Amino acid sequence: MEERGLGMGIEEYLGDTILTTSLDKVVNWARKSSIWPATFGLACCAIEMMATAASRYDIARFGSEVFRASPRQADLLIVAGTVTQKMAPIVKLIYDQMPNPKWVIAMGACAASGGMFKSYAVVQGVDALFPVDVYIPGCPPRPEALLWGIIKLQEKIERETIRGTTL
Amino acid sequence: MKEELTTHLGDRLAAVTEACGELTITVLPEQLLAVARQLRDQEVFAFTFLSDLTGVDCAAGALEVVYHLLSMKHRSRVRIKVRINRGTELPSVAGIWPAANWYEREAYDLLGITFAGHPDLKRILTPDGFSGHPLRKEYPLRGEK
Repeated sequence: MEERGLGMGIEEYLGDTILTTSLDKVVNWARKSSIWPATFGLACCAIEMMATAASRYDIARFGSEVFRASPRQADLLIVAGTVTQKMAPIVKLIYDQMPNPKWVIAMGACAASGGMFKSYAVVQGVDALFPVDVYIPGCPPRPEALLWGIIKLQEKIERETIRGTTL
Repeated sequence: MKEELTTHLGDRLAAVTEACGELTITVLPEQLLAVARQLRDQEVFAFTFLSDLTGVDCAAGALEVVYHLLSMKHRSRVRIKVRINRGTELPSVAGIWPAANWYEREAYDLLGITFAGHPDLKRILTPDGFSGHPLRKEYPLRGEK
C-alpha cells in the first residue's frame, strides 16, 4: 500500500465512502453506546435495576445490557441501594477497581442522601465516598427512572472531551 | 409447664407470669446459670434449644436480657428475663447453649452488656473501629461523630 498522510486530500482517493468527524465525537459516541455497568446491588433498588435489565424494560436498547461481574471490565457503577457504614469501604473498593473512564449513578433516595435512614449506621449520600454523575430520585425508582438516568449520563458523556487525557 | 416451673424452680424464680398463653419467668442474675442449667437438663423441662437472646435498655440505668427457650420434647416455650444495672456483669450462658455465643456478642455490641465467662466477647455487627453502644437510649441517632 502506498504510503500517504491522513487528512487533506483523502476524499480524492476514497470518494464518499468515508465520513469525517472529530475524534471527540467518535470516542464519546462509542463510550455512551456501551456503558457497561458493574453487577452490584445493595437493596430494593437492585430489584428495580434487575427489572430494568430484563426484557420488559430492556436496558440493551441503550447499550448497557452487559452487566460485568468484575469491576475491572465495568464503566458504570450503579449504586443501587442503601450504603451502610459497614458496606462503605467495599463500595469504595469496587469504585477504585474500575478502570478510567468511569461513571457513577446514585440510584434512589438512599444512595443520593441516605434516604429515610438518618442513622449512625448509614452513609448520608454516596457522594461522600466518590464523585457521582447522575442522581436518580425515588424509593425505589422505577425502571423508567433508571433508564432516564442512563440517558442523562449519555448526554453528559457526549459533552466530554478526550483532550488532556491519556487514552 | 407453669406448674412444673413453680414446683421444681419455685424458690429460684423471682416471678412467673403468663400472658397471651406465653410463659415468662423472672430470675435474679445470681440465679441465672443454675436456672438455665436446670431448664436444659431436667427431664420435665428439656429446654434444649435457645431460640433467641436479646437485650433491652429499660432506662433509669437498668438493662434487661431476655432469653427465649424451646423444648422440642414437650412442645413448649418459655421466656427468661434478667434485669441488671449498668456496669454489672451477667454470667454467659454460652456454655449451656452454644447458640448464645453470637447473641451475647450482639447484646454486648449494641447495648454494652458484659457477659462474664463468654469465650470471645467482641463486637459482631458494628464496623471496625466503632465506639459506643448504639441501642442505648442516650446514644445519638446520627452517631457520636
